[in-house]
Amino acid sequence: MAGASTTAVAQEFETVIGLECHVELSTTTKMFCGCRNEFGAPPNTNVCPVCLGHPGSLPVPNERAIEYIVRIGLALGCDIAPRSLFHRKNYFYPDMPKNFQISQYDLPVCVGGHLDVEVDEHVRRIGITRVHMEEDTGKTTHAGVTGRIGQAEYALVDYNRAGVPLVEVVSEPDIRSPEEARAYLTELRAILEALGVSDVRMEEGSLRCDANVSVRPAGSHELGVKVEIKNLNSIRSLERALSHERDRQVELLRAGGRPVQETRHFDEETGTTHPLRSKEEAFDYRYFPEPDLPPLELDPAWIEAIRATLPELPAARRDRLRREHGLRPEQASIVGSDARAAEYFERAVALGAPGPAVARWMTQDLAAYLNRTGEGWEELAKRFSPEALADLLRRSEEGELSSTGAKAAFELVVETGRPLGEVIEERGLRQVSDTSQLEAWVDEVIAENPRLVEQFRGGKEGVLNALVGQVMKRSAGSANPQAVSELLRSRLAEP
Amino acid sequence: MPVDIDIDHVARLARLELSDEERERLRAQLSLILEHAAKVSEVATADVPPTASAIPRPTVLRPDVPTPSMGPEEALANAPDREDDRFRVPRIVEVE
Amino acid sequence: MSGDELCDLTATELRSRLVEGEISPSEIVESCLHRIEVLDGQVRAFLTPTPDLARERARAVAELARAGTSPVAGIPIALKDVLTTRGIRTTCGSRILETYVPPYDCTAWARLSAGGSILLGKTNCDEFAMGSSNENSAFGPVHNPWNLDTVPGGSSGGSAAAVAAGEAVWALGTDTGGSVRQPAALCGVVGLKPTYGLISRYGLIAFASSLDTVGTFTRSVRDAAMLLSVLGGRDPMDATSLDQPARDYTASLSGEVRGLRVGVVREALGEGVEPGVRSGVRSAIDRLEGLGATVGEVSLPHADYALSAYYLIAPSECSSNLARYDGVRYGLRVPGEDSMQMMMRTRGAGFGPEVKRRIMLGTYALSAGYYEAYYGQAQKVRTLIIRDYERAFASFDVLVSPTSPTTAFRIGERTDDPLAMYLSDVFTIPANLAGVPAISIPCGLDEKGLPVGLQLTAPVLGEELLLRVADALEHELAFDAVPGLVRG
Repeated sequence: MAGASTTAVAQEFETVIGLECHVELSTTTKMFCGCRNEFGAPPNTNVCPVCLGHPGSLPVPNERAIEYIVRIGLALGCDIAPRSLFHRKNYFYPDMPKNFQISQYDLPVCVGGHLDVEVDEHVRRIGITRVHMEEDTGKTTHAGVTGRIGQAEYALVDYNRAGVPLVEVVSEPDIRSPEEARAYLTELRAILEALGVSDVRMEEGSLRCDANVSVRPAGSHELGVKVEIKNLNSIRSLERALSHERDRQVELLRAGGRPVQETRHFDEETGTTHPLRSKEEAFDYRYFPEPDLPPLELDPAWIEAIRATLPELPAARRDRLRREHGLRPEQASIVGSDARAAEYFERAVALGAPGPAVARWMTQDLAAYLNRTGEGWEELAKRFSPEALADLLRRSEEGELSSTGAKAAFELVVETGRPLGEVIEERGLRQVSDTSQLEAWVDEVIAENPRLVEQFRGGKEGVLNALVGQVMKRSAGSANPQAVSELLRSRLAEP
Repeated sequence: MPVDIDIDHVARLARLELSDEERERLRAQLSLILEHAAKVSEVATADVPPTASAIPRPTVLRPDVPTPSMGPEEALANAPDREDDRFRVPRIVEVE
Repeated sequence: MSGDELCDLTATELRSRLVEGEISPSEIVESCLHRIEVLDGQVRAFLTPTPDLARERARAVAELARAGTSPVAGIPIALKDVLTTRGIRTTCGSRILETYVPPYDCTAWARLSAGGSILLGKTNCDEFAMGSSNENSAFGPVHNPWNLDTVPGGSSGGSAAAVAAGEAVWALGTDTGGSVRQPAALCGVVGLKPTYGLISRYGLIAFASSLDTVGTFTRSVRDAAMLLSVLGGRDPMDATSLDQPARDYTASLSGEVRGLRVGVVREALGEGVEPGVRSGVRSAIDRLEGLGATVGEVSLPHADYALSAYYLIAPSECSSNLARYDGVRYGLRVPGEDSMQMMMRTRGAGFGPEVKRRIMLGTYALSAGYYEAYYGQAQKVRTLIIRDYERAFASFDVLVSPTSPTTAFRIGERTDDPLAMYLSDVFTIPANLAGVPAISIPCGLDEKGLPVGLQLTAPVLGEELLLRVADALEHELAFDAVPGLVRG
C-alpha cells in the first residue's frame, strides 16, 4: 500500500516529519549517581537513594555522559554551548522516582546541527534543532487480566533504568517521507555506533524514537496539524507507522476533514496508529532551573580535545570506500554505515583481497547469511573471519574454487565451524579442470540424458545449461563450469 | 488586584485531593498571598538579570565510576506495597 | 535542677573536662537523658529520642573523647528531623513520612558521627521545615522553655528548645528563610546559618533547594565555631557545595572588633518591631561601639521585596521537591482505584495545611503562563537583594539587625493568618536569598522575660569575621539568663 500511494500522495500532498530520538548512553554508571547502568539486571538491584528519589538525596552529573553528548553534538555539526542549564520537568508518573525529570529546557548542551540522508541516491540535509541531556525513567509492567494498560489490575515498577543517562536528539521538521525518516534514523544509529556512545539497540530500548507528522497540500508553506506518534520500537516500525499515519491524514483531508492535534500509539500487530487516552488538561511541565545543579560550563579546550578524538563517521567512511576501493554507492552504504562491517571490510582488504570482490561478497552472500541468522558482523567475524574471506577470494581468483564451490565452502565453514582449507579438501570442492576427470563426467552425463542430447542436437541451445548443471552436480561443484561447457559442446558436436 | 485561581486545575497538577472546605480556604488565602507576592514586579525590571542560585560556582562532575548500590531488600524496605522485588502500585490509567 | 548540670554547660567546657578526664561521655549523655525525661513531656522537643543508641555510643567514643582530637567527640547532639539518619526514623514532622526509615546518613551527621559525636534523637519541627512557630508539625507543637504557652519559633523549634532546656548540648537545624536564627532568637540560644553551600545539603530533606542550609544551635558562639569546623567543607555528593576546605573556625575568635565597621540595617529598626526587641538590639549595638567598632546606618532598599520573592521562590521549589511523596516507594499510602487517585489521596491525607498551601502556591506560580510573572520576577528581586548586600558590604564589615521583629508569641496566636506568620521571617529571609552567612545571638530579655535575638550578617564566606564579632559581643553582653523551667 505504502509503495503504491507514495508517488500519488507526493504529487498532491507533502508530508512533514520531525523526529525526537532518545539515546541511552553506554556509560558505566547512571547520570546522577554511581549505580551501574546495565540492561537486564534483576529488578531494583542497581538503585540507591539518589536514583530511587529518596528524601534528601542530590544529583551529581556523570562526566562521561557529558563527554558523550558533546561527541554526539560535534558529530552532528552542532554548536556546543559554553554554558548550559539543567531544568526540572515536572509531571507525576509512578516510574519517575522524584516525579520530575532532570532535563534541559532553553539552554541545552548542543544546538543547531544537521544530518545528511540519502534516499534513492539523492542527498538531503535534515536540520538538528537541539541535542540535550536528561535521565531515563524506571520500567513499569502492567499486570493483571489482559496486560493492556487500560484493563490492567495493577502495575509493578523496577527502577534499575531510572537515572540512566539519556540524550534527546530533536530534528527540524525537515523530513518529507517515511523513507527519509528511515534513512535519518538509520544514519543516526550508525553515527551513534561509530561514536561508541550507545548500544543503539532499539529492541532493548537504548534507542527510542517519537515522530511528529503532519500533511499539507503540496506547495503550501503552512504546517498542518501535528500528530505525535509513540512506541516506534524499530526502524521498520517507524517507516510503517509513518506511512500509515500519512495515509490516514491524507484520507482525512481528502474527505474534507482535519486531523486533531494528539498523541497516537503505533500498534505493531495491526500496523495502525490509534489515539492515546489524553486528559483534558494539556501537559504543564512547569519547567524551572534545577536548583541542585550549577550551570554546566564546558571548557573550550576540553571540547576541542573531544573533537580531536572523534572517529571517522559513516558518511566520510562511505565516501572513502567509494573513492579508495571503488565500491558502488549501495555497497558503500551497506559496508560503510556499520562500524563493524567496515572493520570487517578493511581487515579483508588489508590482507590483499580486492575491495570490490570483498564488497560483493559482503553485500550478497554474507549479508544474506546475516539476514537469515539475525547475527551481526561481529558474530560473523568469529565464524567466518575476514582472513577466511580473503583466503576464499584468493583461492577463487587462482581458479582453485569455482563460484559455486566458493559459496559452498562458505556455507560449510559457517555451518561446521571448521577451517576453510579443511572443508575444501574434505568435500572435494577444489575446482577440477583436469580434462580426463571432466571427460569421464561429461560422458556419463551424455549417456544418461539421451533426451536432452537429442534436443540440443535438434537446435535447442538452452538445453546445454541443464547438461552443465548435471555435470556440476556430479562433481559436487568442483568442476570448472567454463571447461565443462566447452567440453560438452565439442563432445555433442561429434557425430 | 485579586488573583483568580483555578484551584481544581492546580490541585490536579499537584496531585492533591482537597476537601471542599480546604478548597475554599485555599482560594482565598492564595489569592491574598499572590497579591502580596506580585509586589516583586514593582522592581523586577527588564534590565535586571534573574538569579537562580545565590553563589555562582563552577560545574561539578562526577567520574564515571560505580559505587555500591542498595540491593532490593533495602530498596524495598520502605515500600508501601511490593510484589517480589518490584514496587506495586494500583493500575495506571493516565498517560504520562 | 539548677541550670548548671552537665547538660547545661557549653560544649567548649564539656570538651575540656572530657580531655582532662574529669567526666566521661556517658555522664553527659545521662545528664541530657535525665533532663529529657524530666522536661520533654512539657517541651516536646523530641519526636524520636534514641537513648539506647546514645548510651551505647557514649561508651564507644569514650577514648576518642579523652584524646581530644575531634571537637565533637563525646558530646551529645540532637538533629532536626529533616536530616536523614540511617536506620532511624526521619519524619520531617509529617504524616506522609511518619514511618520512613532512611537508608543513608546525611553528610552533616556522617561527619559528626565520624568525629565521635553522640546522637540523642531527632527533634520536632514544622512540617517539611515550613513554618515559623513549630505549630505546623503533624505531631503537635513544641513549647518554648522560657514560657510554655509560647512558641519556640520555627521551623527548627525542637532543636532550639532542646538546647535552651538543656535536653541537648547542641543541635542541628536547617535554615531556608530563618528557620535556625528565628527559633534561636525566640529560645535564647546561638543560631548560625552559614554561607549557602558551606555545609553539604546531602541528606537535608529539601524544602527549597536554592535556599536550604544546615545550621547550628549552640550555647555559645565558640561552640558554633567548633561545630562548623567539623561540618563545613566540600562534599562530592552535593554539586552545590562550595569548594572550601574544612578549617578551624575557633582560630579566628580573637575577641577583637576594634576598627570594624558595623552597619545597622535601617529598615529593621522601624515600625513593626516590638519596643522590647528594638531597645535590646539598640543597647547591644551601643556595647559593640564601646568595644571599638565603628557603627553606622545602612540601607537594604529591596529588603521590602524579599518576603514577596521568598514566598514565590520557596513554594515553587517546594512544589517540585515534595512531588516525590506519592505513596509509591516509601512513606504513607492511602489506597485508590488507580495510581492517580492513590497519589492524590495519599498527598491529600499526608500533608498538613501549610505544606498544601505552599505546594499549591508553587504549582500555580510555575504553571504555564505564570512563570515569568512570578518565579521569573522573584529571581530578579533576588539579584537586587544580592546587589543590596554587595553595596552594604562595600562600606561595612558586618550588618546588624534584630533577628525577629518580636519575641516568642503565644501558641495559636498567628495560625489563622499566614501572612502575619510569614512576617516573622522578614529580617532573616534576605540572607537566604543572597546566600550570605548570618548568626543570631541572645542580647537580653524583653519586659515579658523572653529572650531577644540580635542578628549579625557577613559577606559570602565571611564566617570567620562573623563569628569573631558575635563572640566578642557575646562576651561583652554576658547573657547568662536561664529559662525558669530549667532553674526548677
